[in-house]
This record gives sequence, structure tokens and C-alpha cells, in this order.
Amino acid sequence: MSRSVTCLLAVLSVAFLCGADWLQFRGVNGASLSPDAAPPDSWSETNNVAWKANLPGRGASGPIVVDGRTYVTCSSGVKQDRLHVVCFDNRTGEEVWQREFWATGRTLTHPFSAVAAPTPASDGKRIFAFYSSNDLVCLDLDGNLLWYRGLAFDYPKAGNDIGMASSPVVVGETVVVQIENQGDSFAAGIDVATGETRWRVDRDRRANWVSPIAMPGKREGSRVVLLQSGSGLTAHDSMTGEELWRYDVPCSTTPSVAVSEDHIFIPANGLTVLKLAPDATVPSLAWDSSQLSPSPASPIVVGDRVYTMNSSGVLSCGDVATGDRLWQLRVGGKYWSTPVVAGDRMYCINSDGAAKVVQLGEKGEVVSSNEFSDEIKGSPAISGGALYVRSDRFLWKIARGS
Amino acid sequence: MKYNAIFAVIAACSFVISFVQSSVAEQVDVETLAAKLRAVGPKGEGHADASKAWQSLAQANAEQLPAVLAGMQGAGRLSENWFRAAVEAIAQRQVKQGGQLPVEALEGFLADTRQAPRARRLAYELIAGIDDSAEERLIPGLLNDPSLELRRDAVALALQNAAAEEKAGKKNEATDIYAKAFAAARELDQIKEASGKLKSFGQQVDVPRHMGFVMEWQLIGPFDNVDGKGFDVAYAPEKGIDLAATYEGKVGNVQWKQHRTSDEFGIVDLNEIFERPKDGNDYKLTDEHKGAVGYAFSKFESEQAREIEIRVGCINANKIWLNGELLTANQVYHAGMEVDQYVAHGQLKKGSNEILVKVCQNEQEESWAQRWQFQLRVCDELGTAVLAKN
Repeated sequence: MSRSVTCLLAVLSVAFLCGADWLQFRGVNGASLSPDAAPPDSWSETNNVAWKANLPGRGASGPIVVDGRTYVTCSSGVKQDRLHVVCFDNRTGEEVWQREFWATGRTLTHPFSAVAAPTPASDGKRIFAFYSSNDLVCLDLDGNLLWYRGLAFDYPKAGNDIGMASSPVVVGETVVVQIENQGDSFAAGIDVATGETRWRVDRDRRANWVSPIAMPGKREGSRVVLLQSGSGLTAHDSMTGEELWRYDVPCSTTPSVAVSEDHIFIPANGLTVLKLAPDATVPSLAWDSSQLSPSPASPIVVGDRVYTMNSSGVLSCGDVATGDRLWQLRVGGKYWSTPVVAGDRMYCINSDGAAKVVQLGEKGEVVSSNEFSDEIKGSPAISGGALYVRSDRFLWKIARGS
Repeated sequence: MKYNAIFAVIAACSFVISFVQSSVAEQVDVETLAAKLRAVGPKGEGHADASKAWQSLAQANAEQLPAVLAGMQGAGRLSENWFRAAVEAIAQRQVKQGGQLPVEALEGFLADTRQAPRARRLAYELIAGIDDSAEERLIPGLLNDPSLELRRDAVALALQNAAAEEKAGKKNEATDIYAKAFAAARELDQIKEASGKLKSFGQQVDVPRHMGFVMEWQLIGPFDNVDGKGFDVAYAPEKGIDLAATYEGKVGNVQWKQHRTSDEFGIVDLNEIFERPKDGNDYKLTDEHKGAVGYAFSKFESEQAREIEIRVGCINANKIWLNGELLTANQVYHAGMEVDQYVAHGQLKKGSNEILVKVCQNEQEESWAQRWQFQLRVCDELGTAVLAKN
């Protein structure tokens, strides 16, 4: 084997690994989508479960996957004031390392939620673990502490005793957090390398649980972060926080916005879809539909279809171009966790731990039902053809042939 | 083939060098590095120096763990987490490499109550992580420990032991242990469990006294809080307390009323106490107040000047003053109510002190947004009641 071929293989394997990563809430671009993955349709304790690992605490956060390892946040203790970051080896399910911290902000939550409610995020080199207490921890992939921000320590009125849940997003060299509540309500862009605040903008003083999302900006290579709240959607420069545009519409405060190449899908008035402006200025209304209302799970866009799950467990499929509802399917249950799509399969895990696999197409069809027998609140991750699912007690890897 | 061999050797060497670099612990200057971690402040202050120092400190050898833990003395809440991560990194590396932790030195550190409470707790967790007998050996002696977390474990163990005695039919022994657990307990769930058991055994238990709830209040209201504007309005009680005065309230004149709550956790329900508005056509006796401000006042005689915490549970927006000084203001409506929900730090003076509470109800119509109540206790930082002489 020549040196050039060896190098090429090395580069390709790195690219493959990176491509398989699930770096944040709802995965790559917040799309809840892994187009080429094919996790199994069905599983049981003895079939297609590669491993099941114990977790040290509770969590409504989802797992993320970076370079062959899965990272999970948990909170424990009677006051939920112990914050955990746990790293697992994807191949074996063994714990590689664990770090624990004392919360510096408020830790009261609704009993159903947990202080580990926001899904962590990664830039591929670092883990950004965020909690309802507004503690933001930055570790390298080996668990070494790079910096630690107590954002409620800095802004003591930041918090919500029902619990915060907004997940951070990494936008270029900035990790963006959205901390909206009745007290110190703001969004901030934190320098990924130093933990210093690049920008901070005041936000509506109302409780809000949605997560920010990134999208391409006007300039070549620039990135914009979208912040959704009850009064509307705002777009901000990720490096400065400057508000670039605002679209006034009464947005939901639970399901988060989704984006595609040329549209923004806002949980507002049912579902409000905006057409992006060619010059990246204020987008315009494409359509809205009360028949495609997502709650509390976020919408998912796959090609020319948009999928929403409502609070009664009814999955709707809409036409991205027209807003027409194409079909509905009663999947059943209450969904706090946003489903994920792999190929033509949607994995819907309700809060009772029942996982329904839905075949997507001209109509939707439930092709299997599987039980985790545990409450599931966090959205799963997909990586390397496997599904990673966490409850308050366990982390599962679901993979074919296990 | 030749290239492959060379690359294999280079790769192997790189791996070994990298492994050695990452796995060999060093004797580091703990004192200097710990000072950098202690200097971490809010809003990212000191992060650059702390981050560099952390990388070095985490390379300390395991024998230096007690010294690293000792560095936590004087550390703030943010800094404590930097120390914790370093201690875990050192200990996990040592254990992973098959090395020993300095258990004897860690036990010595745990026994030294002059050390930072969280550092001692962390020392215990390191010991317990490798020694299954640690809980049985070390925890029973920590029932009155200054570390809240260690004390909690000791109370939990006492409650387990009491339950075992109870199950064995040894009621007297169980009662004694429950009483000790109750006296030591500082957290709500354990106080409830111990007091509940003692009551079921026919014992007298004074939970409000144990927790330091203020039960006697002078109350006045309602004042106007339509559109939430009353939160920032300084009504007469904020300008000075005159218990004989009459003021114009939201719906007529209002006067101070004496009230003693009978709730075990000191809850004062303002909807039950203040007269309902009578100016509306739809007035019913069961109507709850909306858009209203109420004040609660209490005198607190202290034998000495001392620092205290005033801990409040309140489902409405609230402000707390001690001797005219505003300690905390929370403009939050209907986001839950718990014992110790808001913690404010204050300074009692010797003699008579004045506590004033402002509780603002908004105008939400939802059934879950009708409560207008608060609870307040006075305690030290561990949660031990500080009781008034009066």
C-alpha cells in the first residue's frame, strides 16, 4: 500500500467518523435527520441492543456522539444539584470518564423534568454541557476542563423554577445559549476557546424552553443564529449578537424552529413557514397551517416534506411547497422527545418509553413497536447506523446484528 | 513495504510518547496553581489563567490529592468546580493505571472539619469510590457535620437504622434514633421523614421551630398591582411601619391584621386573610385576589448581632427587607413554590429587627395561577434555625 493511499484512507476515515457525529440537539443542522443511516426496525432485550449502560442521574437531555464516543449529561441528588457529564465508548458501552460538578444556579424543576434538560453540544473538539441551573461547562473530549461558566452566578435572577430546557448550539467559534425567563432574560454568545462572553442580548422576560438554531448568513461562510420567543423570531450575527432581522409572530415556547436550505419552519399559528430572502434580509411568509401544529416536539423537514407531532401523538405530514397536509397517522402517546429520521424511517419515542418506528412515504405506517420500559424525555441520537437513547437511568445503543 | 514499516514505527513512537505524556503524573506546585483556580470570578474573570493552571494541576500525582483539596479553602462556588474536575482527573487516572489513592491521608483530611466542607465531601467520595466499607466506617460519626452533604448521608443512614429497629419491633430504640436524625436533619425531605415517624410514635415534634419558620405576622393589603405595576410602587409599609395606621388600599382603607399561621411549614395564605374585593358585580366570597399587593411584617428579637439567611418560598413576585434594607427582589409569578426557594443573606443586629415581606399577585386567569402565599424562615447557611427571643 502506498503512502498516498494510506493517507487518503486516513483522511476518509476521519471524514467518515465526523460525518457520523451527532453534535447537538436534533443532530446536524438541528434537522433530526440522518439520511443514510439504517438502525434496526425492531429490537428487544436480546435482539439489536448492542449495549445498555447505567447512568449516574436523571436527564431530559439527549445524548450526543463525537468521534466514536457518546456523551450524556445527568443531574443527581435530592436537589438535583450534582451535574454530570459521562463519556461512553460506542463500541463497548464502557464508561470512559465521568466528571461531576456542583450547580451554581437554581435547581428547582418540575418533577417530570431535570436539571440536565438541555442537550449538550460539541464542535468536534470540545463538549459544551449546559444545565437548567445555567451552568455551562466546557471539557475536551478526554474530560479535561477547559472553562466553566455559571451564567446564573453571573446573572442571579436567571432561572425558572419549573426548569429551563433550551439546548446550546455551536455556531462557528461561538456557543450560543438562550436563557429566557421572568428574571434575567438573555441570550449570549460565548467564545468556545476561552469561555469569555462575545455578546449578550436582552430577551423577553417570559419563560421559554426553545433552543437556538444556526443557519448560513449573508456573507460567504458567515453563520446566523435564530432565536425564537413568544413575540417573534430574530436572527443574530453569531460573532456579535447584532440583530439582523426580526419576524413578528407569536411563536410557541416549547417546540423549536427548524430550517431547510430555503425555508424556516416556526412553531407559530400552527406551523408558520418563511421563505428565505435571497439577500438574507427579512424572510417572507410562504404559508401557515393550523393543521400542522407541532407540540411539544419540534418539526422535522425531510426534502419536500415537513413532519410534525402534536400533543396527542398524531403525526402529520405536510407539503413544504404548499403547506397542504398530505396525511396523518395516530402514533399514540405524549412526545417530549423530538423524533429522528433515518432513511425512510422515523423513530418516535414517547414519554412512556414506547418507541414506534414509522415508515415514511405516500402514507405513514407504524412498522414496529418497541418498549424501553422507562420514561424517555430526551431526543435520541443517530450515529454510525445506531440509535442512542437515554432515560433517567440508562443509555441504550440500538444497532443491527447486536 | 519499507514506507509502511517506517510509518508504523513513527506511529508507535508517537502513541507511546503521547501515552506517557498523558499518563505520567508529576509533582506540581499545588499552592501556586490552586491560587489561580481560586481567582476565578464571575463573567469569565480569571479563566485564561485558571485554564492553564488547571492543565498543570490535573497532572499532579495522587499523593498530592489532599493538598489539592486543601486548596479549596476560600474557593468560591465557581472555583470549587475547577478544583473538583482536577481532583477527579487525578484520581481517575491513578485508579485507571492500577495505582493506589492515599486513603489514609484522605481520611485524615475528611476528619479535619477546618477544611472546606465540599473539599471534605470530595475526599469522602474518593475513599468511598474504592472502599465499600467507607460508608459504614465513616458516615455514622458525621451526624452533626458542618458539610451539609456529609451530614445528609449520616442522617440517611440513621433513618435506615431507625427503620430497621422499627421493623424489628424495637420501638424505643427506633424512637431514639429517629429523634437524633430529626435533630441533625437540615433538609426538607429528611425533616419530613423523621418528624413523620416521631409523630406516628406519639412524640411531640416542633417542625416550625426546628426549621426557623416565622409564624407570627402583621399583615396588610391589598394594594394595587394591576398590570404588575405595584411591584415597583413603594406603598406606605415600605416607607415605615406604623401598625396603628390606616392606608388607602386597592378597594378601600386597609389596616394591619395580626395573623399566626398554623401551617407546619409556615405558609401564609393571603387569599384567606385579606377581604375580597367588593366593587365588582361578579363578586363571590370564593373569588381570589388579582392584581394585588400584600405586606407581611414581623419583629425579630436577636440575642446577638450575626449573619443569617432569610429563606423564602413564594409563588408570587416578592421583595424582602431586613431592617429597611432590601435583601432580595424576585419579579417571578407562578413558577412553582418550594421551601428555601429564594435565599437572601442578611445581618441581624442585637435587639429588635424588622422583617418586611411584599407579595405581589398578578392577574392570570388560569386555575394554577390563583395562589397568593409565602413562607419564610431564618437560619444559618447550613439551614439550622436561628430563633427569635420574642
